[in-house]
Amino acid sequence: MGLEQFKNRNVGTQNYVKLDLPHPPKNGWCAFKQVLSRSLKPELFVGLWVALREMINALFRGQMHTTQYPLEKLPISPRYRAIHEMLRLLESGHYRCIGCGLCEKICIANCITMDTRYDENQRKEVSEYTINFGRCIFCGYCAEVCPELAIVHGGRYETASEQRASFSLFEDMLTPIDKLNLQQEYQGFGAISPNADENIKKTPLAY
Amino acid sequence: MDATILPEVTAAGVIIKAILILAVISAIAGFGTYIERKVLAFMQRRLGPQHVGPYGLLQLAADGIKLFTKEDIIPQHANKIIFMIAPIITAATAFIALAAVPVFPDFTIPFVDVYVPSIASDVNVGILFVLGMMAAGLYGPLLAGMAQSNKWGIIGSARTAVQFLSYEVVTGLSLLAPIMMVGSLSFVDFNNYQSDGTWLVVYQPVAFILFLIAGYAETNRTPFDLLEHEAEIVSGYVTEYSGMRWGMFFIGEYANMITIGVIASVVFLGGYNDFWIFPGWLMILGKIAFSFFFMLWVRAAWPHVRPDQLMWLCWKVLMPLAVINVVITGIVMMIG
Ligand code: SF4
Ligand code: SF4
Repeated sequence: MGLEQFKNRNVGTQNYVKLDLPHPPKNGWCAFKQVLSRSLKPELFVGLWVALREMINALFRGQMHTTQYPLEKLPISPRYRAIHEMLRLLESGHYRCIGCGLCEKICIANCITMDTRYDENQRKEVSEYTINFGRCIFCGYCAEVCPELAIVHGGRYETASEQRASFSLFEDMLTPIDKLNLQQEYQGFGAISPNADENIKKTPLAY
Repeated sequence: MDATILPEVTAAGVIIKAILILAVISAIAGFGTYIERKVLAFMQRRLGPQHVGPYGLLQLAADGIKLFTKEDIIPQHANKIIFMIAPIITAATAFIALAAVPVFPDFTIPFVDVYVPSIASDVNVGILFVLGMMAAGLYGPLLAGMAQSNKWGIIGSARTAVQFLSYEVVTGLSLLAPIMMVGSLSFVDFNNYQSDGTWLVVYQPVAFILFLIAGYAETNRTPFDLLEHEAEIVSGYVTEYSGMRWGMFFIGEYANMITIGVIASVVFLGGYNDFWIFPGWLMILGKIAFSFFFMLWVRAAWPHVRPDQLMWLCWKVLMPLAVINVVITGIVMMIG
């Protein structure tokens, strides 16, 4: 598609379809005929039937629309940005976060606070990690920037709280170790795309 | 008990029946709100009230408690006395109208052997009495709307007047043809006229349809709910009402719905005569229940008309039809 089509500003003026509407009645006799045909047409009964059909559908064919919200929830899109989750490595069960601090740095609401230290093996470990959800604007930058896919957005969207500043600790967001087999790979914001493998190219060292 | 003995009308019996009618009908009217919400919900594929009691059945009690305990607000510039009595007019006339309406066949209470004619008072002008009472009930909305010094209320009562003037004619004229055929104004006579199993609707289909239309206008149900149409005039004549006074309007409206159902069943649909293997009381309960359901059904399916369309419909279409119907009935009766 060329760019010319985008430069056309007369959008919508070409594709109007004229409805074949009947003309308003011109004289009394036409009006009378219109009334007669409308009254004798079974359109009112079609309406009645539609309402009854919906009732039958709802009651006996299991097509009720209602979701009884606190008891059942609709699935949300994987791209939805709700309360964060910290994921674990599937093989070792160790948390994925390497303490790089990128999420803390990029967070535009300044709500991630973290600290790291050397553990006994001289490896970096996360000693403190909190998110202040009173400030978080759920922009998703932290999930996008994280090189390890460690911090992601989960599906917990009920964020009402008793306090204005409600912190989540690292342990709260971390996948429980006994639920590791239930851990889902994140599909949403910042996650690698499904066709990531095809997109990988060799680093062009030739030039 | 010999059936030829006339039912004795004792004062005690009448009082007991009056109290029973009052209790049962207001309970049914309250229950009607539940049914209405459920049926409308199902027709829109929703669940309706669900959480108070099993299937939301106790929603009714919750609403009742809420209405009773709510503050009864009377606006500052309202005409206080009229504002206060208007809902009572609606509720009272609705119940008074039920006095002359027979619901069940006469029966004998077992063991005590008391013969009960199951109509509070068989007035010999029954139909006129009921229609008059229901018409008088329209003073409720009319006065309520004018007394509350609220613009929506004024519009509501103006529409009441419009509606009142329009359909009252049709109600009377549509019932005139059956009255001519039966030759009596008492509901009991209407019922007995159809005891051979032929319903009057067979002879008078036009009158039946006209009466239904006018009855919907009378009870201000959709498609003629101009008086308090939320989308246009907030709540019309009940805008300023709260608590039990508001509730009284509703009880009146639902009692009127039941009355219209009873009149339609007794006058046109064979009344409480036995039908095939079904006893009369079951038949009439079924008919009333269906006519109630039909009102909800119509509300779910049809849009409502504008006030000018209502007047147009009543004066230019329904009234001529009713007159023609009366004339034709008269000619046929004269020849036949
Ligand atoms: S979603 Fe945005 S605001 Fe919230 S913690 Fe992540 S980067 Fe900060
Ligand atoms: S960006 Fe990811 S790996 Fe880096 S500190 Fe944040 S959560 Fe950990």
